[in-house]
Amino acid sequence: MTQNLRVKSSEFIDETNRISFKFDGKTYYGFKGDTLASALIANNIHLVGRSFKYHRPRGIMTSGSEEPNAIVQINPNSNITEPNARATEIEIYEGLEASSQNCWPSVNFDIGGINNFLAPLFPAGFYYKTFMWPKSFWEKYEFLIRHSAGLGKSPNTRDPDIYDHRNIHCDVLVVGAGISGILAARNAAKNNFKTLLLDEKNELGGSTIFEANEDNKINNNLASEWLKKEINELKNIKNLEIKTRTSVAAYHQYNYLLARENLTDHLDKKDKKNKIRQRLLKIRAKKVILATGALERPLIFNNNDRPGIMLSSAIKKYSNFYGVVCGTKNIFFTNNDSAYESALSLHNKGIKVEAVIDIRENSDAKIIKKISDAGIKIYWSHTIVDTKGYKRISSISIMRLSNDGTSVTGSKISISCDCLGIAGGWTPAVHLCTQSGSKLTFDEERKIFIPKADTKEQISVGSCGGDFELDEIIKNLNYKLKNFLNINKTDFDSIALENDHETSKRNIWLLPSDQSIGKTKPFVDYQNDATAKDIKLALREGFRSIEHVKRYTTTGMGTDQGKLGNMHALGIIADTAGVKMGELGTTTFRPPYTPLTFGTIVGRNVGKFFDTFRRTPMNDWHIKNKAEFENVGQWKRSWYYPKEDETMHQAVQRESKAARQSAGILDASTLGKIDIQGSDASEFLNRVYTNAWSKLAIGKCRYGLMLNEDGMVYDDGVTTRLGENHYIMTTTTGGAANVMGKLEDYLQTEWPELDVYLTSVTDHFATASLCGPNSKKILNKIIPDLDLSDDNFPHMSFKEVLIDKIKCRVMRISFTGELSYEINAPASYGEAIWEKCIEAGKEFNITPYGTETMHLLRAEKGFIIVGQDTDGTMTPNDLQMDWIVSKKKYDFIGKRSLYRSDTMKQNRKQLVGLLTEDPNIVLEEGAQIVSELNQKPVEMLGHVTSSYFSPNLNKSIALAVVKDGKNMRGKKLFIPMENKNISVTVSNTIFFDEENKRINA
Amino acid sequence: MFLINCPYCGERDQQEFKAGGEAHIERPKQPTELSDDEWAEYLFMRKNIKGVQFERWNHAHGCRKWFNMARDTSNDEIKAIYKMGEKPPTQ
Ligand SMILES: [Zn+2]
Repeated sequence: MTQNLRVKSSEFIDETNRISFKFDGKTYYGFKGDTLASALIANNIHLVGRSFKYHRPRGIMTSGSEEPNAIVQINPNSNITEPNARATEIEIYEGLEASSQNCWPSVNFDIGGINNFLAPLFPAGFYYKTFMWPKSFWEKYEFLIRHSAGLGKSPNTRDPDIYDHRNIHCDVLVVGAGISGILAARNAAKNNFKTLLLDEKNELGGSTIFEANEDNKINNNLASEWLKKEINELKNIKNLEIKTRTSVAAYHQYNYLLARENLTDHLDKKDKKNKIRQRLLKIRAKKVILATGALERPLIFNNNDRPGIMLSSAIKKYSNFYGVVCGTKNIFFTNNDSAYESALSLHNKGIKVEAVIDIRENSDAKIIKKISDAGIKIYWSHTIVDTKGYKRISSISIMRLSNDGTSVTGSKISISCDCLGIAGGWTPAVHLCTQSGSKLTFDEERKIFIPKADTKEQISVGSCGGDFELDEIIKNLNYKLKNFLNINKTDFDSIALENDHETSKRNIWLLPSDQSIGKTKPFVDYQNDATAKDIKLALREGFRSIEHVKRYTTTGMGTDQGKLGNMHALGIIADTAGVKMGELGTTTFRPPYTPLTFGTIVGRNVGKFFDTFRRTPMNDWHIKNKAEFENVGQWKRSWYYPKEDETMHQAVQRESKAARQSAGILDASTLGKIDIQGSDASEFLNRVYTNAWSKLAIGKCRYGLMLNEDGMVYDDGVTTRLGENHYIMTTTTGGAANVMGKLEDYLQTEWPELDVYLTSVTDHFATASLCGPNSKKILNKIIPDLDLSDDNFPHMSFKEVLIDKIKCRVMRISFTGELSYEINAPASYGEAIWEKCIEAGKEFNITPYGTETMHLLRAEKGFIIVGQDTDGTMTPNDLQMDWIVSKKKYDFIGKRSLYRSDTMKQNRKQLVGLLTEDPNIVLEEGAQIVSELNQKPVEMLGHVTSSYFSPNLNKSIALAVVKDGKNMRGKKLFIPMENKNISVTVSNTIFFDEENKRINA
Repeated sequence: MFLINCPYCGERDQQEFKAGGEAHIERPKQPTELSDDEWAEYLFMRKNIKGVQFERWNHAHGCRKWFNMARDTSNDEIKAIYKMGEKPPTQ
């Protein structure tokens, strides 16, 4: 196309900076400042996509974020492609590639277009109704639906761009930099409020900035000229920060807003590199001024969706702002005066306007006379009944409207055109206002929802608050600002204003046609292909709630959330059902206002920053010695230490044997450690553990079980009495933070009278656990001065020692059943102490082992792991651990619950051991357990909780919870697996060294 | 996201806090003397009202103190914040 569709050099477009871009594989040119939409229109391209359901040709309709049709795929041939970008928002840059969506094989010839001719087969709820039956066919249906529908394609590799988050606190946040936002921000900042002004566009000034109506004047200047001066002065104002290309996505309670700042999307490809692409602003504002403007409404009539049919205000913006002509033969169709401004704008630039069709009987606004004087024909009381033109509108047919607006009369007139501007009035952009929780009220006369009331923290100014005419906007703005900011005067109290006033109004939600509605296609939601017919069908089928109609017809459920047509949908429902619109309510506007990329939402929290992780002081040693790691809560723990090409199984078998035959060493630093001090420390432990603590001697250790108030096991660990009023408690690795929180909760809220102080010291100590028959000899080499005899240092006791002048705590405790010592060293000496143990253990072939071996060894002894063998439904009795529950103590957390009828029931699931008939079969953890194989439905008795091949017993062992398991010792049960049934026998939970001899070996 | 006025630290983002369920439920002093039903009442039964509700909150990523909040669940308006052990405000 060589046609020049540029009208004059626009001040917003840099015609010296020519930019090439690709659309659907072809190269085109535009200028710096163009959007993809304006550049395409300048190249005479209106057909940019196909609709979702019927695959009808669709063109660019708007000039902003409300665009329903012109959504494109960016970088379509790259695996980091981005779908659903609005051509009206993309600023073109060198290297931009975009393509149409929803079409195959091409936008000009699309196979799915056949759906359009099959349209009677695709009524509202079609997918719900058709694809319900038979159920087994769903997979096939789904394949077909997904293949032919769907909006764009998603990228299939990691997003390479950098995103960022920033917290902002301000006194006043102004959303929207149209005339109202600019004046509000200026006044706020000048009155010493720290002010932030945001706008989604790259230029300030909203729609006033390209205003050309000579009847709208401020201080005797064109409104646009006056505003440009104001904008120029903004940069000299202190306390004012302005961000463009920044769109507010969400407005939460307490004036907490999320906004996306676009930093590089408009830059040339080479300039984007290594820069932050988008930034999520997390804004907490003391006060918020919403100045989000209004969205122009379309008109709903038969075949109102052809390429070339555009919002009247968009045509004006393309010509006045971008200097681009949308058509050479233009017609406007309106119910208000604003379309005449667009028509006059075109006419004054020498562009042909064929006619204006107005559904009103007349209007006495000054601008009407200018249109008549220009020789443009106005058809009053007329409506469009049909349009023609498949890939671009070619003509319209109009007829006279009846007085009540429900039918048409007289003869049909056909007028040819290549562009139709439609003007259905204005919808205040109240999306953010409702997101914040503010309520709306319906203005029955003007047919708009406006904010019900301003608050101390939030006001809506300008057209989003329902003020559309210049004098009204400024007057109300001044009044509202004075109250809101508590100031005596504004900078614009005595401004001179001149503007036209609209007096004549007529609103018809669904315009009639000479054909019956069944034969027409009046689109309400362009993106989702929902028509007025669908809405009426939904009502006929009994849907009443607006939320239900919306879901059934999918009206307003596209990526544009139906910004254009929602009001018409409501209006049609109200008219059809015979209720008032205000009573019908409105649907909820949910964040985000416009789609956000996942990258922006997660910001820097990707890859290794996704979550915090914790490493022990011995971590470097583990890495050097080729440990494999596993995640335990936030900790990275050594899992096992494979030698050469050992598998995990081989490594664990070797480690497990070594620990029992000679010596093993485990990094136990991750166990939670809580330092407990105070004169009531013993009493406190009595209340939080099931067993008694008052008589524990200083220097002794004791295992404790902690319950929830509901009697279920919550955590366990060994606590040591360091002094009269001083204990150190250990918790499970994963439970540490929760236990700390729970203990603090009880101390602060239930027992504030107790003199107890808790300190989390998990990170203060590194713990090396020496285990095995030779552990005593190794410890003796490290601490030769310490008498390790059973008399002086028996099992379950503690010594404070010096190792190389480093004060360490050594506990003789065991989680493996072997003779075992835990050396607790200050964290910064952890690695040194660990290496000392390794060095001293060399002659005994000391073997480092990880969590997997630890789990295996403890399972051989039948020691539980809270969270693996328990799941929040196990009492001490269920675990066969009655021995740890004190009968004498009057109370402890969870005690009363142990006597509830439910917890005392005989046939609860109880912890048992399982031995497989074939000792080589290792059960799957989580596998279900049954007693009968032929019964249907089969009763599930429980499941396997821990399962290993024990190298020390040379057979498979498992722990399981089984209904009434206590009484099943010796009974044969089955584990049904996919291909086989495994026979097992219920056993004791202790498989190894039942007499506990090895602890003192 | 709420802006919560911790009685010990001042206004902070909600993300620093942890909600802890209904407030003013005292742990019975003599649990063993309660019937199953009475104990269940303490253990399980919680109010879920539309309107002003009294809740426990913990400044978990701050001073770690527990305190009480009166919150209108219909619009999330925080009506009052008061320390543990203090009586709830009467309207
Ligand atoms: Zn605090």
